Amino acid sequence: MAEPILVLKNLVRSFGALTATDDVSLDLRPGEIHALIGPNGAGKSTLIKQIAGELRPDSGSILFEGQSINALDPAERARLGLARSFQVSSVVPDFTVLENTMLAVQGASGSTFRFLKPALSDRDLTEPAAFHIRQAGLAGRETVPAAALAHGERRRLEIAMALAMRPRAFLLDEPMAGMGVEGARDLTAILAALKAEAPILLVEHDMDAVFALADRISVLVYGRIIATGTVDDIRASEEVRRSYLGEEA
Amino acid sequence: MRFTGALPNAAIFVALVAVAVVADRSGNPYIVTLATKVAIFGLAGVGLNLALGYGGLVSFGHAAFFGLGGYVTAILASHAASATPVATVPFTMMGTNEMLAIWPVALLVSGLAALVIGALSLRTTGVYFIMVTLAFAQMLYYFAVSWPAYGGEDGLSFYVRNSFPGANIFAPLQFFAICAAALGVTMILVALLTQSRFGLALRAAKQNEARVIASGVRPFALRLTAFVLSGMVAGLAGALFADLNRFVSPAMLSWHMSGEIMVFVILGGVGRLAGPIAGAAVFIALEYLLGPVSDHWQALLGLLLILIVLFAPGGLMGLALRGRHG
Repeated sequence: MAEPILVLKNLVRSFGALTATDDVSLDLRPGEIHALIGPNGAGKSTLIKQIAGELRPDSGSILFEGQSINALDPAERARLGLARSFQVSSVVPDFTVLENTMLAVQGASGSTFRFLKPALSDRDLTEPAAFHIRQAGLAGRETVPAAALAHGERRRLEIAMALAMRPRAFLLDEPMAGMGVEGARDLTAILAALKAEAPILLVEHDMDAVFALADRISVLVYGRIIATGTVDDIRASEEVRRSYLGEEA
Repeated sequence: MRFTGALPNAAIFVALVAVAVVADRSGNPYIVTLATKVAIFGLAGVGLNLALGYGGLVSFGHAAFFGLGGYVTAILASHAASATPVATVPFTMMGTNEMLAIWPVALLVSGLAALVIGALSLRTTGVYFIMVTLAFAQMLYYFAVSWPAYGGEDGLSFYVRNSFPGANIFAPLQFFAICAAALGVTMILVALLTQSRFGLALRAAKQNEARVIASGVRPFALRLTAFVLSGMVAGLAGALFADLNRFVSPAMLSWHMSGEIMVFVILGGVGRLAGPIAGAAVFIALEYLLGPVSDHWQALLGLLLILIVLFAPGGLMGLALRGRHG
């Protein structure tokens, strides 16, 4: 089996008496979508923040392509190729779709500190940006300010920006949140295509999407991973049913 | 913060030059001096705008850089006049009365000060940032007040304006031309900067810091760079201001000065290239027209400022360009 891109080893993070991340180990392998599911308050966001570098674990380690990234800040992790999207849409509202995506292109290539050449006429920026905008299904919307986009389009813009980071792995935090049925179906197709670019660690509430997309699923409850397996394993697991799926049904 | 097009910015610059030329031809050297003041204050405002307008960094301490530029000029000039060295350690540094030699020193000193002040203040945000920048500028102010070697509270005069190759520096219009050229070149550089990759990231960091981090860029590095460049421009303006008056005093470093530079920016239009020039022009016109009428002319300025902030957040330029460029 190929080496995993991302490995979490025995991560622990507490807030006072509450252990939000309780000895979590999981990995993300090349070519897969690994979904992380769990009820509200299970500690999914806390876990994502530790992977992205916004929170430091109390103990345990995070390996990215075999290297520990525990000591790196979020910007450094992003440059290494860990592309994230946010639970609440996070774009630059006054910038156009093209400018937003250009920001990611220049960030990924470490070429932000150039002072005189106009960015908008710099083909090294605009062409890759336009390419990733098409990839995310936003062709024709390049000059629209992000603030004027519909919710679903903004989600796509975030995908375009994640793609523009030329990532080695995606960290997608509830990309389906707030999408209608139609939009969720579209986005599911886009995510399935994203997997060809880089493996995805997908935090998602939409069970239809998770069961349609995921190669493997980990279930997080009260900060602990109670099961990891294929879609069928998880569907069949008594414990998962009782502690999570059952509650929603 | 959309690019408002080069035309309105160029128009304001050209208008300023036209006023100076017409005043000179019609024998009004005092108006030329006022136009020179507008160019210099406008330059300081263009500098502050780089941090405030494009970077969202509300610095209430830009007098520090303006004043340092001024003191560098006066100190070098006074040493040149008395033929004494400025420093003998680590090497002997003589004074100079060449603007082209003074400016690089002024840029360097104000840039270094901005690097230190920025590196410390940028660890805070919001009101704390405003207060910390203010505190640093006040520290320099009190230092200048209490340092007798360079005039202390009384300030420091130098009797001959510094020289510029090929220019008769005593002709008001020629000195104006030097200041206007510095302003014009700076405006072009700032226009390029704000549209560059750096400018894109800086403007993005003002709106959404998390997004910039997710793009692999540290907002701190962007802001510190912008703050240093901003301080250097203010320092150059201070150097020109010292030459305009052939005199510097601690007032150049005081919080009043920081406030005035901020007023130019807010009055003219935050984040608009030529906004600070429009703001400085209105400020100086009010001072010129109303100052002799009443000592309380600034009350009217205050009223104008309140009206602008409440009803025209884009400043005078935003008002003039309303309905265009969104």
